[in-house]
Amino acid sequence: MIGPQDLGGRAGFGPVAPDPTDPLFHAEWERTVLGMTLACGSLGHWTLDESRHARECLSPQAYYGSTYYGIWLQALENLLLTHGEITAEELASGTVSAPPLRPERKMPVTAVASVLGTGAPVDRPASAPARFAPGDAVRTTATVSPGHTRLPSYARDKPGTVVAIHGCHVLPDTNAHAQGEQPQWLYAVEFPGHVLWGDTAEPGSSVLIDAWESYLGPI
Amino acid sequence: MHDHPHHDSPHHDHGPDNRLDPMEARTRALETLLVEKGLVDPATIEAIVQSCEERIGPRNGARVVAKAWVDPEFAEWLKQDATAAINSLGFAGRQSEHLAALFNDAETHHIIVCTLCSCYPWAVLGLPPSWYKSPPYRSRVVIEPRKVLAEFGVELPEEMRVRVWDSTSEMRYLVIPQRPANTEHLDEEALAALVTRDSMIGTGLVSLPGEAAQ
Repeated sequence: MIGPQDLGGRAGFGPVAPDPTDPLFHAEWERTVLGMTLACGSLGHWTLDESRHARECLSPQAYYGSTYYGIWLQALENLLLTHGEITAEELASGTVSAPPLRPERKMPVTAVASVLGTGAPVDRPASAPARFAPGDAVRTTATVSPGHTRLPSYARDKPGTVVAIHGCHVLPDTNAHAQGEQPQWLYAVEFPGHVLWGDTAEPGSSVLIDAWESYLGPI
Repeated sequence: MHDHPHHDSPHHDHGPDNRLDPMEARTRALETLLVEKGLVDPATIEAIVQSCEERIGPRNGARVVAKAWVDPEFAEWLKQDATAAINSLGFAGRQSEHLAALFNDAETHHIIVCTLCSCYPWAVLGLPPSWYKSPPYRSRVVIEPRKVLAEFGVELPEEMRVRVWDSTSEMRYLVIPQRPANTEHLDEEALAALVTRDSMIGTGLVSLPGEAAQ
């Protein structure tokens, strides 16, 4: 789906305004939202891909009208509601009225160092050889995914060139929807600027995306 | 460049009931609910944030860059297998499980972005700055990278290729900036001190103090 998060090439957001004094957090609640989101991940109700999808499923009004951590907070509320870990009534009242589902998976403070320090690798053994090789000409799919995808709309249905094979990685398109990891070969694909943007492109520029095998077809 | 309104102080001017900022209140409400249900521990939340503030940050990336500048074997390892090379320095973990290094040279300049969210190599650069996560950078850098670089005060030679890497997978990219001229006398530590966060995103260049980067 082409959601509000799919920003590449859009206009109207103004200058970048880099501010060297900008702090990592602008308020105490932003710190809490970051920590709470990562801590709730250990409950195991959703994958990283599903949490990204929860953010892009916010309405355009909510997405564009919210700060970064505001988006995170709304998505976290929705994930907890969807998976039944909290109820709408509890969220509205602030009072506990239903038992928790997975309190045994609460992340202990002693696990923080290893959870953050190890992360969660997404490379998997391959079940078939890679279909493409560096140098191959490919075209990205024209299909607009009905759900989560990591193919940006600016790079949909465009000819490009494979420049690297990253390995075989978990497919976000299924992993975000409880349809399993279904790992696929992942490629770096390069598109010359003029292929994406026509005459608007800056000369000598190109954009690269990481594309799973099912995003690509031969030319 | 411009003033951001910050809402990080208590609003003492809001009358006798001293209301919280609405986002502060909404966050506290959810946190309280989760703590009371036994699903999160406030000490865990604090430990996560502290780790993000202290364990990771651009000084880690600067060590990788400086080592690549002085140690050709390490630079080659970084090109072939950045994940293993960077892990060997003790930098690893969440949002850096799979790494690739992009070497700037006289012909090519690399820039990283995540147009779809905010993917960023945490282990070597820390949490991303606000501008990296915000719509202006995410929307524009893929279509007009040189105009965006100009807003960072960076101008590249006209003939230089500009490659913008959109982080659409769990691969995380680290730009290895060009080593500035006249730094032969500097050791690895002194070199690392020159390396800025933005130079490892590709929105900056490395220069000696007092010299314009070019």
